[in-house]
Amino acid sequence: MAIELRNVSLRVGAETHIYETSLSLEPGQFNILLGTTLSGKTSLMRLMAGLEKPSSGTLWANGEEVTGVPVQKRSVAMVYQAFINYPSFSVYDNIASPLKVARLPKNEIDARVRKFADLLQLTPMLERLPAELSGGQQQRTALARALVKGAELVLLDEPLANLDYKLREELRDELPKMFADTGATVVYATSEPLEALMLGGYTATLNEGRVIQFGKTSSIYRHPENLESARVFSDPPVNIAAIEKRGDTAYLNNSVSWNVPPELAAMPDGYYKIGLRPHHLSPDGAGVEVEGEVQISEISGSESIVRVIVEGNNWVSEAHGIHSYEFGQNASFFFDSSRCMYFDANEMLIETRV
Amino acid sequence: MSRIEFKDVRHAYPPAAGQTPVYALKEVSQVWEDGGAYALLGPSGCGKTTLLNIISGLLTPSEGSILFDGREVTQLPTTERHIAQVFQFPVVYDTMTVFDNLAFPLRNRGMPEPRVRERVVEIAAMLDLSDRLKQRAAGLTADGKQKISLGRGLVREDVNAILFDEPLTVIDPHLKWQLRSKLKELHQQIGVTMIYVTHDQVEALTFADQVVVMHDGAVVQVGSPIDLFNKPKHTFVGYFIGSPGMNVLPCKLEQGQPVFANNLLSSGYPVDTDLSGKLEIGIRPEFVSFCDDGIPVQIEKVEDLGRYQVVTVKHEAEQIKMLVGEDQEIPAISPQIEFDPDNLRIYCDDWAVEPQNA
Repeated sequence: MAIELRNVSLRVGAETHIYETSLSLEPGQFNILLGTTLSGKTSLMRLMAGLEKPSSGTLWANGEEVTGVPVQKRSVAMVYQAFINYPSFSVYDNIASPLKVARLPKNEIDARVRKFADLLQLTPMLERLPAELSGGQQQRTALARALVKGAELVLLDEPLANLDYKLREELRDELPKMFADTGATVVYATSEPLEALMLGGYTATLNEGRVIQFGKTSSIYRHPENLESARVFSDPPVNIAAIEKRGDTAYLNNSVSWNVPPELAAMPDGYYKIGLRPHHLSPDGAGVEVEGEVQISEISGSESIVRVIVEGNNWVSEAHGIHSYEFGQNASFFFDSSRCMYFDANEMLIETRV
Repeated sequence: MSRIEFKDVRHAYPPAAGQTPVYALKEVSQVWEDGGAYALLGPSGCGKTTLLNIISGLLTPSEGSILFDGREVTQLPTTERHIAQVFQFPVVYDTMTVFDNLAFPLRNRGMPEPRVRERVVEIAAMLDLSDRLKQRAAGLTADGKQKISLGRGLVREDVNAILFDEPLTVIDPHLKWQLRSKLKELHQQIGVTMIYVTHDQVEALTFADQVVVMHDGAVVQVGSPIDLFNKPKHTFVGYFIGSPGMNVLPCKLEQGQPVFANNLLSSGYPVDTDLSGKLEIGIRPEFVSFCDDGIPVQIEKVEDLGRYQVVTVKHEAEQIKMLVGEDQEIPAISPQIEFDPDNLRIYCDDWAVEPQNA
């Protein structure tokens, strides 16, 4: 289903939950809403579902206006973070429940339940009760129930947030494949940038009730149109610092400087900002050297996440391998200046050719 | 403070009528050195909370014994074990001030008021709560409340150990690292034995010097973060630590070296060829690379994760994941891969096979 929001906003009392937003989602597309808690992801989904009536603007489905059409009359399914199953029903009956409500013939119900159980790898568990399943299997049951109706728009609100990270890893891998087979338009809300990258598709970055940028996931990550979008799409946070540009040189302070790309060199001298992804700041290597005071070194299996204060800025280095530091230790870090993103006084990206 | 020892501890919860007991905790013998920072890491249902409750005395194990500094405590109730525990959700008295919340465990044990004051002020400073001492706990955010819970766990000086059961669950993701660093710093300052239960590898590996990995009621490996990554003793450790986890592929052995899909590989160390059981090689995605003369594969999927790409390839029925640099080209024509021999390990029935001469 093609879904389009035209100048939609949502106000609740004196508060604005969603500022005027226009967004157009193609049929069969996998879309991600990326933002922190309270950025407006759930509100936007509820507007798309018809669970919330917009304060202004219109909602269109397949070219027809559906503003104000209740959710029951539209082909929509929604799955929440806290997965809900009927505890006394078997997995089979859980998946079958929406079809029974719709009074489908028995053989049709059976065929659909088995198809989706197969897709979600639940076939061996069809006779079990939800309590006898792992968390991942329970969430897959809830997903199967949402999908079995064959809804053309599927809204998933942080559906993996309650699961162990290893299960999340597996489901993230499977989810886009599952939906590719159903042809449904999917909207998936998450607060984790890495999850958005893993899922691929299209991403809208959100902050404080505003859609900042929308486009192909990898291109939003690589070409954030402004600093806000870069911030939303970076975990650990993108390293930011004010620099002074004089001629073709950037100065982070008096001792750290490097050459800037021609596009920036051509701009007026003055203060700009840089954004540097944590994995482009390294404890070893070459390039521009900065000194920092280490706050903590965190380890995630194969990588270290080192929090460090560089020239008064809270920076993070995400480096391969295990790097241990003492609290408060001074250490050198390096970055390749061609990895810097540059932003102007309005925090808009200055396009540079790498 | 003490050294805690588990001797052949097993635990089964009472079975339903007519059923044989299932051990939630299979045999565990384990020493927690005095002053160590430990993590218990494993998925839900692996037995880590059962183990924690046996240390604190909330649960008496079906078999085996627990010793604190060599003294048997298996039958001792919680109150006599002097263990502080911090839970997943904040446990605070909303109507009390932050000060009174922190003082509660001390006053309860009849500590003189001047000493209580001294200790509370000290702990509050460590947790950056000094300017909130007079505030009621009710007005605090979830992470503020959890800091109080942590403070109440840390405030007593007479404890044998402090246990943390997934203490950062309710904390907003972008604040987690701050509390993680705080906890690590506190451990360095006060030197009490700390045991931290979590299913999150980042929390476990960041906090602990020694990580105890549990799987299906058993301890499968105890080691430093580096050991767990470089030398997983069990295929589960390889899978659970690292993201994506280790590739585990079927193999045969010839002259002490593994053969995968008719390719004789080098594993860096020879092993006994007469091993019987399910034989597999384990290789992390980090140590698989494209080459000119290796194992032919088909490319199934390329995921752009920003700082690197995860490439899923297939050789016959076997799927292999590899990590490729963000700027690296993926070969378009007849791709072939190789495994780094120094980081290839052989597993027999899921357990690592040690080098022959070791």
